[in-house]
Amino acid sequence: MDVTRRGVLRSAGATGVLAAALAAGLLKPERAIAASWNKAAFDAKSALDALKSIGAANTQESGDITIEAPQIAENGAVVPIEIMSKVPGTTALAVLIEKNPFPLASQFRFMDGALPFVKVNVKMGESSIVRVVAEAGGKYYTATKEVKVTIGGCGG
Amino acid sequence: MAGPMKARARMQGNYADVRVLMSHPMETGQRKGRDGKPIPKHFIQNLEVRLNGKTVIEGEISQAVSRNPVFSFRIGGAKAGDKIEISWTDNNGDTNKTETAVA
Repeated sequence: MDVTRRGVLRSAGATGVLAAALAAGLLKPERAIAASWNKAAFDAKSALDALKSIGAANTQESGDITIEAPQIAENGAVVPIEIMSKVPGTTALAVLIEKNPFPLASQFRFMDGALPFVKVNVKMGESSIVRVVAEAGGKYYTATKEVKVTIGGCGG
Repeated sequence: MAGPMKARARMQGNYADVRVLMSHPMETGQRKGRDGKPIPKHFIQNLEVRLNGKTVIEGEISQAVSRNPVFSFRIGGAKAGDKIEISWTDNNGDTNKTETAVA
């Protein structure tokens, strides 16, 4: 299906077209859910609030989550982070940079064979704990790693 | 608006190693322009990876992801020749997508 919900919203202009598309079942509600973005969690200014917003207020430390990140990042604008969970049945991973103005940096859901692994470059405003949360079987597991930043990256 | 997007997928044992590069400013909203006014937030919010048309990874990301984001993913159960599609949507509603075949 090449028609994205947002593309339709923008190009339709006339709400009548949208209503017709909805009525015709062209825009599946599942699609709308798939493109959701957890504003409350991403707007949270503390890691604790962000964790609460993603439903992970209670986490358990786990040695089965690995975080590969530099101990010292010279450039906070580009800090490579590689995360992986070996907790059986992991379906989602979230990355929080605790000292960033908005700690939640990303979250991913894995389905149908995708391995709970992500490598991503993130911005870090200052030295911080990087926290990874894995969801498996409705429970949340966590691991942390400290990354020292020489030049902060929130301005760039 | 949306710049080029590149993806590559290669079998590594029993999974496909997928790498994708997106061109996007990923503005945090914290920087100021030459006129001293803050540059508005402009960043990718959602991304999706599909294997032969089936969604396998959904990501929600923030402005804390670096400019011109680069991601690696691992998709088990893939095989050479499978189609990988990756798409994103940003906070302005702009989208882009690319596809590649697993090598």
